Amino acid sequence: MASGPREKFDNNVIEWVDSRLPIFTMLQKEYGVFPTPKNFNYFWNFGAILMIMLGIMIITGITLAMHYTANANLAFDSVERIMRDVNYGWLLRYIHANGASFFFIAVYIHIFRGLYYGSYKQPRELLWMFGVTIFLLMMATAFMGYVLPWGQMSFWGAQVITSFFSAIPLVGEEITVWLRGGFSIDNATLTRFFALHYLMPFVIAAVVALHVWALHVTGSNNPLGIDVKTKQDTLPFNPYYTIKDSFGVLVFMLFYVGFVFFAPNVLGHADNYIPANPLVTPAHIVPEWYFLPFYAILRAFTFGVNLPILIGLAITAFAMKPFFSNKTKEEINLKTVGITFAIAGIFFLIGYFSQYQLESGETMILGGSFISAAFIDAKLCGVLAMFGSIAILFVLPFMDKHPVRSARFRPWFRIATLLLVLDFFVLMVCGAKPAEGFWVPLSQVAMLYYMGYFIIGIPFLSKFEPVLDLPDSIHQAVTQGKTKKSVKKKA
Amino acid sequence: MTDTPQKISDNDKKEEPTRRDFLYLTAASMGAVAVGSIAWPLVNQMSPAKDTLALATTEVDIAPVEVGQAITVMWRGAPVFIRHRTDEEIMKARSVKLADLRDPQTDEERVQKEKWLVMTGICTHLGCVPLGQKPSDPKGDYNGWFCPCHGSHYDTSGRIRKGPAPTNLVIPPYEFTGDTVVKIG
Ligand code: HEM
Ligand code: FES
Repeated sequence: MASGPREKFDNNVIEWVDSRLPIFTMLQKEYGVFPTPKNFNYFWNFGAILMIMLGIMIITGITLAMHYTANANLAFDSVERIMRDVNYGWLLRYIHANGASFFFIAVYIHIFRGLYYGSYKQPRELLWMFGVTIFLLMMATAFMGYVLPWGQMSFWGAQVITSFFSAIPLVGEEITVWLRGGFSIDNATLTRFFALHYLMPFVIAAVVALHVWALHVTGSNNPLGIDVKTKQDTLPFNPYYTIKDSFGVLVFMLFYVGFVFFAPNVLGHADNYIPANPLVTPAHIVPEWYFLPFYAILRAFTFGVNLPILIGLAITAFAMKPFFSNKTKEEINLKTVGITFAIAGIFFLIGYFSQYQLESGETMILGGSFISAAFIDAKLCGVLAMFGSIAILFVLPFMDKHPVRSARFRPWFRIATLLLVLDFFVLMVCGAKPAEGFWVPLSQVAMLYYMGYFIIGIPFLSKFEPVLDLPDSIHQAVTQGKTKKSVKKKA
Repeated sequence: MTDTPQKISDNDKKEEPTRRDFLYLTAASMGAVAVGSIAWPLVNQMSPAKDTLALATTEVDIAPVEVGQAITVMWRGAPVFIRHRTDEEIMKARSVKLADLRDPQTDEERVQKEKWLVMTGICTHLGCVPLGQKPSDPKGDYNGWFCPCHGSHYDTSGRIRKGPAPTNLVIPPYEFTGDTVVKIG
């Protein structure tokens, strides 16, 4: 990494090592004098917090693994033994279990930061994609970790999540059996999940290294979203941001430690203290809170794709075409687009209600089951939408062509994004509630907003949101107090 | 690694394949075979092991199960429902029009003896165990089984009638080895 001319260190030992492997030169360059925008707000603390959390998870995980037994007959008891008999076992387990929750709190804030301040945009696309990869790996790791205590929620969570794969046409059943290593969730499933749960955090650490490497090539984004121009715009990382990050980490830890000591089971489910029983499903299966929004998207599909919905989708794609082309805003006729969307909407409504009728066995006003029956069933749609809702983050950098990064200077995008945050919480609540009554349509509307934000909102705003005047430089904005949107429309 | 020799060899290739090309191809294909032959064991080790496959049958004595009762037995680590159906339940299951079913199947296709319904107790949606085995359980809108996880309703033949599950509850392979003995698997 760091090669080329090197400055000598005064300390002889450091100099001896550094002249053979310039690791101190690298640290000095990347974490010492590294020029960092001087206008960071507290949202920029979460990268450091995530690094610390990963370290905590690995250390507590390895010590737990010294006492844990990955066997379907022994796993539950070995976790209880950790809680009661192993010295400080309760502490290690509570740090680890609550650590998963706080890891996700931090990663969600970190992702929001990237979205809001446009950090995913050119030139940081790859950096963002590594981030999304880390998020996916974290989800897989946390899911498999949650299976290890082999309680009721562990078992039935594993049952539901591995069943996602049975939705794949033709080979779904075979893949599910292969993943589980048997015809049901059993010892074979537990042992492989333990092996992978042990491995994946180290894979995460490797992707984090790539993520940080890419960051140090482009440099950090900042709340104004404008590029660093001169030395005046930056501060050396040490001591300014080492101190600020340490402060942020400590405040975060205060909340985390509060949960570990005073409410260690609040974020978990009481049912997981009942040993796994393959014959009885808990009355109310819910995933861990951090998976709830995605679980709600899965369950929002009480309907599949039938003929009218397919036609509606095709018309939507047609209506969106100009937004993905090189056409300028003047060349797009919004009235035509609006009418096309209205037509698509009518088809969606016909498709949705005709399935609803078929389902409830009421009289058919909208043609026979040929038209209303779904050929991509609800289960497959739900699974595709759930994975799609994360996959879409990968292509986000290529869908958003608006030249301005930060939401501070994109008033429309700002509202849409803050609504997305609200929507995420609505989905979270829907995911926790039973899939009945009022919660079903609510989750469907919330799911539509989530999808619409990315598929329609972002490309639309790319073309139509006015480009505002940006501050000339970070330094100018900071010294003149122009960090909020005080800017007039560009002439 | 300059430009010129590269170009010459490109031209060579176009004109006629050389012995060197042949060696490259054979070496590459042997390499592919080697990678494939080690990849397959690595993938296949995750499939059910021989002892898991060997647990594939269960025998049950169903004599004590009275009309209107049901029992749950374990087969391959998963519950199997055996229900001794009442005449009313049988009648209900047989009076449904096939066109009203999401996964059309007659009741006759789903049972060997009309009184005994034997099926895997795993919801075809995402794998929960539906309720309806115990008299106190909710049985859903069609008086059969109800899956509480995402609200699938099954009828007295275990067919999906309402909710997100795509197909009927699965009928495992089974046979009556005696009047009141069922061998599953
Ligand atoms: C990305 C980092 C990690 C995450 C998000 C994570 C997540 C989880 C979760 C959610 C649980 C269930 C906690 C419970 O309810 O009891 C768990 C358990 C466990 N994890 Fe991790 N983990 C991580 C890293 C590790 C590492 C590196 C190891 C090392 C072997 C490890 C070993 C274990 C063990 C042995 C258990 C079972 C004991 C228990 O349930 O407390 N984990 N993990
Ligand atoms: S698992 Fe039965 S309805 Fe979803």
